[in-house]
Amino acid sequence: MRPVGRSETDSLYFSYPHFEPPQERAHLEDRAPVAIVGAGPIGMTAALTLARHGIASVLFESKATFNDGSRAICIARPSFHILERIGAVSPFLDKALGWTKGRSFYRGKQILEFEMPDSADEKYRPMYNLQQQFIEQFLWQAIVAQPLIELRWQSTVTGIQDIAGGMMLEVRDLNGTYTMPAEYVLAADGARSPLRKMRGHRLHGEYYEGKYVIADVQMPHDYPTIRRALFDPDCRPGGTVLVHKQPDDIWRIDYQLADDESEADATKEENVRASVAAVLADLDYHGPWELEWWSIYSANTLALDDYRDGRLFFIGDSAHIVPIFGVRGLNNGLADAENIGWKLAHVLTGRAEPALLDSYSPERRGATLDVFANASKSARFMTPPTRGWRLMRDAALNLALSHDFVGFLAKPRQMTPYTYADSPIVAADDQTFGQGSPVAGAALPNARLGEGFLSDHLGQGYTLISFDAALRVDLPDLVTLHLALETPAARVLGAGPKTAYLVRPDGHIAARWHDAAPDQVLAAFHLSQGRPAQ
Amino acid sequence: MTPQDVEAVYEALARKIDAIAPDQTEPFLAKLALLLAYDCADVARVQRRIDEAALNLDHP
Repeated sequence: MRPVGRSETDSLYFSYPHFEPPQERAHLEDRAPVAIVGAGPIGMTAALTLARHGIASVLFESKATFNDGSRAICIARPSFHILERIGAVSPFLDKALGWTKGRSFYRGKQILEFEMPDSADEKYRPMYNLQQQFIEQFLWQAIVAQPLIELRWQSTVTGIQDIAGGMMLEVRDLNGTYTMPAEYVLAADGARSPLRKMRGHRLHGEYYEGKYVIADVQMPHDYPTIRRALFDPDCRPGGTVLVHKQPDDIWRIDYQLADDESEADATKEENVRASVAAVLADLDYHGPWELEWWSIYSANTLALDDYRDGRLFFIGDSAHIVPIFGVRGLNNGLADAENIGWKLAHVLTGRAEPALLDSYSPERRGATLDVFANASKSARFMTPPTRGWRLMRDAALNLALSHDFVGFLAKPRQMTPYTYADSPIVAADDQTFGQGSPVAGAALPNARLGEGFLSDHLGQGYTLISFDAALRVDLPDLVTLHLALETPAARVLGAGPKTAYLVRPDGHIAARWHDAAPDQVLAAFHLSQGRPAQ
Repeated sequence: MTPQDVEAVYEALARKIDAIAPDQTEPFLAKLALLLAYDCADVARVQRRIDEAALNLDHP
């Protein structure tokens, strides 16, 4: 929502383009390998992942422009690696604000300052703040430069049916309706997913009572990019407030509503203004500010039981809704998009068996359930649901004023990449490795390598990292990277002279061996592509 | 702990509960529980004590 007199896209700092529906109509009903419904960050990332692996796609977006507000603003390090892999990271690095530090306050006193894991072995910072419109704009710029992707604006998918070897979409735009067949369809159509409803699926999980207003203000506030959490502040007794810096002097203020505050009242402009003014006074900011945009959300953990329905895959918010604490909504959606993207591309180009697609739902739904476990803990701390949770939360915060050992409870459980240890396409971990190195299924950690980083040397498809110069495995789509034992990567990977790691196109470890043999690598490679053991 | 020690703790608690604001009893006891649990450093024992403390309470 925006202040009276300004339209939904009348922003203080962002110029919204206006996109027309397709004018050239002759090809609209041509079959597409992949149709993607929804051109938000998740749909666009899926299209760019497919294109990176050589697969064309058609994106449908019912709106005529980007998202109306800043919404998801925190992009985690693993997502920056995804953006790099799809060739879109450069404008993000120029614009986004990287950060490593957070501070928590209880009744105005600082009880905790935390640093997120960062080191010289990391190419990207643990977190970046950037408004969602910029995220969408930068992805769109990459799409415009990519001939394999066609984005159809103001085009609403109104029906979907199974047909032999694919699905048939019914599409409506200003110029009429048409049908388009596709071999596979990705539903990236958001939390209210029309495709989910058309197919009769429902999200399951928990609804939390706590509601938050999220408001953006523009102001010349002199404070570094440090996430601030205010518990029980003067401006909101008993409530919680979060403050984030964004580019262009935009500040995100999230504040929790009291139980007796109705959604309708809380989102009235005069009430938002009064609430924001009280927060700013608590932050000791007394300068000018302008209200840019606001919205409301509640902290739910909801997911589909299965992210796959035949040739239709649900990615992002259409598959799962998570509380914002820990910033996993956008980041998990991006990981969904890359996961299904490389798998579909490998199947559609005949490099992998269709069985590979069966691994999407277990891997990504597993990640969601892991998020739920962490996000539920964060949500219970930020928004205690009952008397018991509230008493213990308040007791812990109060105790943290004098004793450090409880302060960590106020730490946000930030997004870390999920380990696909139980995936059907990940090999059993080699137990002969010592503690501390990444297990099979985990995201490959980064390390300094030459002038750059280990991640700079990974192939487009699979990469075999081998510390044994004699190990050779000839496979199409497999790049072998021979590393010396004196490299930082050897330390990070717990390597011995015969160690090898097989890394997937999404940077996760498909298998690893302390003492690798070529036939083992071959077997793990086939397993990772959904082929039965040979 | 000798009976005298237990009595000293019992009296100190009574005095402190009387000294703080009446509506702060619950947070005070919850903070105390966290502190003592931290000192005890034995999660299984603390969990047992949590269950034992709930025995024989009046039900609403």
